[in-house]
Amino acid sequence: MTKKISILIVDDEDSVRDSLLNWFIEDGYRVECAENAKKALLILESDTFDIILADIKMPGMDGLEMLRRIKVLKPDSIVIVMTAFATVDTAVQALKDGAFDYVTKPFDPDDLSHLIRNASKQITLAEENENLRNKVVSLENVEDLIGTSDAMKKVFQDIESVAQSSSSVVITGESGTGKELVARAIHSNSPRKFFPLVSVHCGALTESLLESELFGHEKGAFTGAMYNRKGRFEMADNGTIFLDEIATISLKMQIDLLRVLETKSFVRVGGNKEITSDFRVICATNKDLKSLVEKGEFREDLYYRLNVVNISIPPLRGRKEDIPLLVDYFIRKYCTSMNKQPVFIEPAALKRLEEFNFPGNVRELENMIERAIVVGNGKKITVRDLPLEKSVMTTSIESLDDLEKNHIYQILVKYGWNISRAAKALKVDRVTLYNKISKYGLKSPES
Amino acid sequence: MDLRNITLISFGFFEKDLLTRVADSVKQEYPFDIIIKEGYLDLSEYFDPVRRQYNGNSLLKVIDTSYAVDDDKTMGLFSVDLFIPILTFIFGQAFLRGRCGIASIYRLSNERYGIKNDDDLLLDRFKKEVNHELGHTFGLIHCHNPVCVMRSSTYVEDIDQKSWTLCPKCREELNLIPGAR
Repeated sequence: MTKKISILIVDDEDSVRDSLLNWFIEDGYRVECAENAKKALLILESDTFDIILADIKMPGMDGLEMLRRIKVLKPDSIVIVMTAFATVDTAVQALKDGAFDYVTKPFDPDDLSHLIRNASKQITLAEENENLRNKVVSLENVEDLIGTSDAMKKVFQDIESVAQSSSSVVITGESGTGKELVARAIHSNSPRKFFPLVSVHCGALTESLLESELFGHEKGAFTGAMYNRKGRFEMADNGTIFLDEIATISLKMQIDLLRVLETKSFVRVGGNKEITSDFRVICATNKDLKSLVEKGEFREDLYYRLNVVNISIPPLRGRKEDIPLLVDYFIRKYCTSMNKQPVFIEPAALKRLEEFNFPGNVRELENMIERAIVVGNGKKITVRDLPLEKSVMTTSIESLDDLEKNHIYQILVKYGWNISRAAKALKVDRVTLYNKISKYGLKSPES
Repeated sequence: MDLRNITLISFGFFEKDLLTRVADSVKQEYPFDIIIKEGYLDLSEYFDPVRRQYNGNSLLKVIDTSYAVDDDKTMGLFSVDLFIPILTFIFGQAFLRGRCGIASIYRLSNERYGIKNDDDLLLDRFKKEVNHELGHTFGLIHCHNPVCVMRSSTYVEDIDQKSWTLCPKCREELNLIPGAR
């Protein structure tokens, strides 16, 4: 047994509860008892049990009604119903309502052992299934990170070096560069990979919703809170929590978040019980957090708490040499998922992609390829299949200054911010390049 | 608390030789002085006429209140068919980390299953049952080792598969229990 199975016994007869309690404790299970359905439901609001063994005939709420309520509260619970008054109708009803099995009292000791063993097996299988699913999802997402450019090599090195630790990480990069993919890659290469990676899109939630989402809530904490709910921090126990768009959270939430990061404990909204959780935090933003700190919009203490390691993902226009690789990868990915023969991209179309600015970064490129495979002739991707014309026309670059700034940035990234090599490629002297960098406020990712 | 004795109290008729040999096996597993006693109880008070069996919970309780003492481990040995309300029968039961337990020889005999009687096998099974319940009183829970006496047994055939001794892991656990060394 890898984990201690917990059992809740619900029966109005003392002798039955005591006998079962004694039996299961001798088997090494964690056991609790309740003398009626109401008390059992109360216990289940604050505690979780793997198996619930419940009598059908009890004063007040009967076992079948309790079974239905448990299935609403915790659909995955394994409930075994028992009764001294067995009829086929009640047995069928119990199974229809989601009971795992049905036994008639008194039962053979061997039947009881078998029943619990089968239920335990089901729990173990469900857990293994969940772990494998997490593993597969994680590995798939690591594959989505493609690139051989120096800038991407640096990203891969950073992922490798931070994965084994539990340090907080801030991932920065423009929208569509793959911040969540980097977070997944860190998680799936870390010792926490068999536990959940829980994502929260902070920007999509109001302050009160975010609070309830992160910390969970107790039943009755606010209108509509009918049941207790686990928060994301609780769900990320032993795993990783990914907070996307961290720069959008309010100053009040920043204080709460700082406290949780420092103590690794929190209280559910409307509750008073301190809950601890062992999680790793990875944040992402497309904003410059440092400048937000300077403007007083982001707490400095939280910034330093989060920004133990910073990984900066370059925009796609800064690593154009990766475009052919990415195109090839997305063609294979979508042809496989759509059950199509692999198509190839004609050189002219690839060249146009390499010249394109990609304001939406890798996500935009991926969408373009997916669309081209859907609308194309199924053999090759041509320029006509790519929605480039419109995008080029709507590019944000209007002035010559913007064009120059963009070009200098690309060259600097291409040569790894080696000023001499970049100046030589641009056919200007180093002083001129320094002046341009200063004029346009260009910064290397490491600075 | 230092444990002084393990007391085996028989209720009903038991061959003297059988009790001595059970006591020897207990002594080998649990290194304390073993005392064998005869007890007197009106078992009709514990008889359930509907089930035609004897209530194991009530018998365990009376052993605890009337016979067990804090510094000893006490085992009530019976020759009647025991049950608890939730189960059709039990071979025995004990208070986990408690001061007493009970065991019955009734369902251990081959005759109950329509097979030829075998006194050696009966003794072997009873030794295992008594050592198993005593293990619970020392705080040992069911063991997954197939030959350990603390393995759970729900049929006599299961009892026959295991030995009457503790496995190294359970013995080590027993040695860690204060007063059990």
